[in-house]
Amino acid sequence: MNNARDIGDVLLKVEDISLSFGGVQALTDVTFEVRAREVLGIIGPNGAGKSSMLNVINGFYHPDKGRITYKGTTRTKMRPHEAARQGIARTFQNIALFKGMSTLDNIMTGRNTMMHRNFLWQALYLGPARTEELEHRRAVERIIDFLEIEAIRKTPVGRLPYGLQKRVELGRALAAEPELLLLDEPMAGMNLEEKEDMCRFILDVNDEFGTTIALIEHDMAVVMDICDRVVVLDYGRKIADGSPDAVRTNQDVIDAYLGVSHD
Amino acid sequence: MLYREAGQFKTSYAKDQAVFPIIQDRWFIALILVVAYGVVPFVANEYWLQAVLIPFLIFALAAIGLNLLTGYAGQLSLGTGAFMAVGAYATYKITTAFPEINILVVFVMSGFVAAGVGVVFGIPSLRIKGFYLAVATLAAQFFILWLFNKVGWFYNDNPSGTITAPPRTFLGIMVTGPEATAETRYLISLTFLVIFALLAKNLVRGRIGRAWMAIRDMDVAAEIIGIRPLQTKLLAFAISSFYCGVAGAMTVFLWLGSAETEAFDIFVSFQVLFMVIIGGLGSILGSILGAAFITLVPIFLTNAPALVNLPMPTDLGKHIEEIIFGGMIIFFLIVEPNGFARLWQIAKEKLRRWPFPY
Ligand SMILES: Nc1ncnc2c1ncn2[C@@H]1O[C@H](COP(=O)(O)OP(=O)(O)OP(=O)(O)O)[C@@H](O)[C@H]1O
Ligand SMILES: [Mg+2]
Repeated sequence: MNNARDIGDVLLKVEDISLSFGGVQALTDVTFEVRAREVLGIIGPNGAGKSSMLNVINGFYHPDKGRITYKGTTRTKMRPHEAARQGIARTFQNIALFKGMSTLDNIMTGRNTMMHRNFLWQALYLGPARTEELEHRRAVERIIDFLEIEAIRKTPVGRLPYGLQKRVELGRALAAEPELLLLDEPMAGMNLEEKEDMCRFILDVNDEFGTTIALIEHDMAVVMDICDRVVVLDYGRKIADGSPDAVRTNQDVIDAYLGVSHD
Repeated sequence: MLYREAGQFKTSYAKDQAVFPIIQDRWFIALILVVAYGVVPFVANEYWLQAVLIPFLIFALAAIGLNLLTGYAGQLSLGTGAFMAVGAYATYKITTAFPEINILVVFVMSGFVAAGVGVVFGIPSLRIKGFYLAVATLAAQFFILWLFNKVGWFYNDNPSGTITAPPRTFLGIMVTGPEATAETRYLISLTFLVIFALLAKNLVRGRIGRAWMAIRDMDVAAEIIGIRPLQTKLLAFAISSFYCGVAGAMTVFLWLGSAETEAFDIFVSFQVLFMVIIGGLGSILGSILGAAFITLVPIFLTNAPALVNLPMPTDLGKHIEEIIFGGMIIFFLIVEPNGFARLWQIAKEKLRRWPFPY
């Protein structure tokens, strides 16, 4: 497994996060940390609050209570585009690609925040704007090679099969060269072969670029295989946090998955 | 020459990123430009220039403007006529106050004025979408025209309430006013369209175009990858209104010669919207094709019956025109939202594979 990589200091820390939607308490006092360069798995039964947790981390939901410390800076509120600019990228449970755009354009859009030439240069498409565009095109082509999606470069993503769309979405997130990558069920709905490919990409990203990854996944075999550490949520509360092996044998976790009633 | 991509290997990303990566396309565009500049002004008569070609060029520019906003950035607008009016009235005010500024420069300055007004009326787009935004832009349409009618300052208190193009020259040649020839006005309109179409194409294939399309396709995801919705939408309103403003200035100064606010009423807004829908949402070429279609069909319907000796009352022609437009809009909205531009692309793909069907 990944023990060879050296896992660093705390990159992200969430403390006492609570979030509710009207009457529904999605998260209650959740605290955990993500260390630099680790692959953290977030698991839990349906409706446990996993997606909500990612949404809180990248500023899409604002928690009712709690603190988020990212790279040493504590904040309570943040807009998603600010999170993006600070190096947090993510993919969605229900694919959120730009359907009318090609694979290439989708991934290029992931680098939009790194491009700075103003619209006048862009309109002229001369000098700096052109150089900038080509530079980013080169970087995007490296991602396309890495994800082995050369053949669908110019295809509008709306026409791609589900598994490839997931891969393009990962490409778009990677294009931003994130420090923290949040993946919401990257392997949902895939067949075994596609899952193996996706696992390989995730581990390679982690290995080659040192990207910290927090991923939500239902497939236990995958989680046990690729995660360094696992956080378990149930009914919006954290019920376990530790190595895959420790979590697997934890009685609370087994109960949660078997649906043992709560007191 | 066969239309083939084979053998044209794109050896660099720069070549792959070009506007017309296929050589036959470049030849085709070059040919059109040669004809438009070198042949048309010498063979077209006054009627063709004044009634067909000049309005076509101007509407094509306005359609590109609206397509940037609606087709690329996904913000529906029914205020095109009003933004064109802003350009026209701004040109009138600036050129009557400062006759020494070159009129073509004034067109561009008026574009910036229209851009500013467009931004103001684009602010609601941050909160509202689709149908509701269309209603907000409709309010702009009525408010702006009402203002231009009501406040005499905008038409220099001219008793007739119209704005009239004063005689202005460019490089010693008369370009506006009654003495400007149709050929000159045609060439100026053509040049504006060529330059601004190219600039628009550059914008949409770069960072800004991608940001617009991202907002259009899924604004939530766009924000999560770092695109700021407010700036992106307002930039779309600004640039779109700039194009419409310049087109509006050209409407009065290169085409009609004088006009009242009626020249920019709600029907103009719809007409430009139809051009964009028929030509293809999200396509610069489509905007031009749509403008050509909508300006040519009425001309065809007025002239064709006479050619085959079929007497047709004018109002019948008008009705047929409306039926054709209505039918086509329904067809394109339901069957092919990418309009003529997409049909053109399909035809090219077929041609590329010809003579093999697959
Ligand atoms: N935008 C929202 N509005 C209202 N309720 C919401 C919203 N988002 C999430 N919830 C509720 O919060 C709870 C947690 O949802 P969340 O999507 O985070 O669960 P999850 O762990 O990701 O589940 P799954 O495994 O099904 O994806 C659920 O009860 C859900 O109905
Ligand atoms: Mg979820």
